[in-house]
Amino acid sequence: MITENSDVILSVNNLTATVENTPILKGMNLEIKAGEIHAIMGPNGSGKSTFSKVLAGHPDYAVTGGAVSYLGQDLLALEPQDRARSGLFLAFQYPLEIPGVSNLDFLRVSYNSKRKHEALEELDAFDFDDLVHEKLGVVQMDAAFLSRSVNEGFSGGEKKRNEILQMAILEPKLAILDETDSGLDIDALKIVAGGVNQLSNAQNATLLITHYQRLLDYIIPDYVHVMANGRIIRTGGKDLALELEARGYDWVLEAEAV
Amino acid sequence: MISSPQMRLTEGGAYLTQLLEMAGATASGDSALQVLRSAAAGRVQSQQFPTTRDEEWRFTDLADLLKLELITQPATVADISPYQLAEAPYRLTFVNGRYLPELSQAENLPDGLNIGNLAGLPDLQQYLAQQGAEELFTALNTAGLNDAAVVHVRKYAVVPSPIHLLFISTADQFTQPRALIVAEANSSVTLIEEHLSLSDTPYFTNSVTEVFLADSAEVNHSRIQRDADSAFHIGKTAVSQMRGSRYTCNAVSLGAKLSRHHLEIYQTGEQTETTLNGLTVLRGEQVGDTHSTIALTHPHGTTRQLHKTIIDDRAHGVFNGKVYVPQAAQLTNAGQLNRNLLLSPKARIDTKPQLEIVADNVKCTHGATVGQLETDEVFYLQSRGIDADSARKLLVNAFAYEVISQIPVDSLQQTLSRSVTTR
Ligand SMILES: Nc1ncnc2c1ncn2[C@@H]1O[C@H](COP(=O)(O)OP(=O)(O)OP(=O)(O)O)[C@@H](O)[C@H]1O
Ligand SMILES: [Mg+2]
Repeated sequence: MITENSDVILSVNNLTATVENTPILKGMNLEIKAGEIHAIMGPNGSGKSTFSKVLAGHPDYAVTGGAVSYLGQDLLALEPQDRARSGLFLAFQYPLEIPGVSNLDFLRVSYNSKRKHEALEELDAFDFDDLVHEKLGVVQMDAAFLSRSVNEGFSGGEKKRNEILQMAILEPKLAILDETDSGLDIDALKIVAGGVNQLSNAQNATLLITHYQRLLDYIIPDYVHVMANGRIIRTGGKDLALELEARGYDWVLEAEAV
Repeated sequence: MISSPQMRLTEGGAYLTQLLEMAGATASGDSALQVLRSAAAGRVQSQQFPTTRDEEWRFTDLADLLKLELITQPATVADISPYQLAEAPYRLTFVNGRYLPELSQAENLPDGLNIGNLAGLPDLQQYLAQQGAEELFTALNTAGLNDAAVVHVRKYAVVPSPIHLLFISTADQFTQPRALIVAEANSSVTLIEEHLSLSDTPYFTNSVTEVFLADSAEVNHSRIQRDADSAFHIGKTAVSQMRGSRYTCNAVSLGAKLSRHHLEIYQTGEQTETTLNGLTVLRGEQVGDTHSTIALTHPHGTTRQLHKTIIDDRAHGVFNGKVYVPQAAQLTNAGQLNRNLLLSPKARIDTKPQLEIVADNVKCTHGATVGQLETDEVFYLQSRGIDADSARKLLVNAFAYEVISQIPVDSLQQTLSRSVTTR
């Protein structure tokens, strides 16, 4: 939802980044305001996941230029955990398996580190249990997943749901969902999309990275951006996604090359 | 002063003689026990003190042990309550090798269970020193043997709660704990053998535990070594398994400047099951060595071994796992996995699986991995608001948990989990 004069949550200016000295991001520009839903689409290897990981602070990526301001502060100066605690959330394209760490413990430690950051009292195991059970409903996930190790042996779709469960618990200010729709069956896609919609409001914002217009039938974006070769080369409304679905990327890439 | 190998040998020989004296190895008396002791003393005298030139001690240098000035002295401990395990009501406590009934709980035992010291259960002497007896440190222990923690489970008895064998050492001591477990046919028992100290000054513990499983007996044995960081610990666990028996060892080593645990499994009948879970956690300049020998001499045996080592700072881990499957041991299923987690660039592991498989119709797998904490895993946790240090601790604990979770006493699991990541 686009609202006049709403607060800027994220502002990316001419961001460049490398991985192992190879430039991947080559001048990203993006502004996201409270209440908005943005979608980034683009060919494989264009740098979408790299962009999301740079925002989250992955140590393998080196920022070589530009600036990112998040809620008015210099995002790039923050440690990854502090970005998360101030409400930045990345749902991974490939969520990691962490054998030996129970999902429930993980969620509680994560939730409490955010509470602590906000100078709120940490929740004990008992109260947290109540909270989790309430949030399980958002993604219609079985409580049995809580006692298993984080993502260990989860199916592709279950991992994605688990990411959204984490999002539901952490209630981020800016949620970046990297291909959360891939690997989901049709019912799961509706459930996950429903969860995301339920969590989005006028104070927060969502950035979806996706290859498929299908997701955008359920989560209606305010802006659709096309990313290619490390930059956003075109921005439009939700209709752009339909056009891309019908025509592919070539016409955008060609128009850009001219 | 740099000592030449020759000097080291002379030094070592003198040291052994000194240890034998301290162990109270005398030739007097003709009791059955004395016969064992004398024979063992002879075996010690016929061997040389190991150096890194011995294949079996290649990575584990005992040179610093020679510098220790040791004593043997009876002592007591005012309060063992911090070490008591609520879940393990039966307990035998030994301090500096001496049985302390007042710190033990060997009364009101369930039917079919007898526990106590050797003096109280002399009938079981016949089982002593039957396995792995040749080896130098086992012989040294036997040469000084005058008491032992004894657990005797009669036929068909199923002991409902764990038995805690608590061996405590005080400063400067040369202590030789000894335990003897006899599980008769179809019996079942759970043991927690624990070695610890109340002191920070160096001492030397040389322990031997013998476990006998008769037909279809089941023994679940957790062996916890949390000696002082300055201590030397050499330990032997020798197990013999008759037909259809099931033995599990959960060995956790956290303490000692230098520790060596040698597990020996002898199969004396068909269809045995052996599960060995091991965890060694090393930091500072600790050296932690696990040797295991599994000798499968009968058909249809199953062994599963998982040994994990976590190594930080400049510590050094050693794993050597031997599995023998001779022609007779057809249809054996043996799996061995050694996984190592290096937490610092100076940490070191030497791992060597040694499989000798002659039988043709068997299934044997083995593997060793050496890894570090994955940047991506740490980042994943950080991206959920967990700081890097806590994330690393969480991951290290998770690595350890696979073994710690096997210990059937919750309070001990928690104590151990805490000490894996706290200095
Ligand atoms: N850690 C890395 N090491 C080497 N190359 C990398 C690394 N991470 C990303 N790259 C490279 O950067 C480029 C962009 O990758 P990225 O994952 O950001 O693409 P993407 O747009 O998310 O693609 P997809 O649609 O396939 O998910 C690719 O060529 C990729 O191989
Ligand atoms: Mg991607």
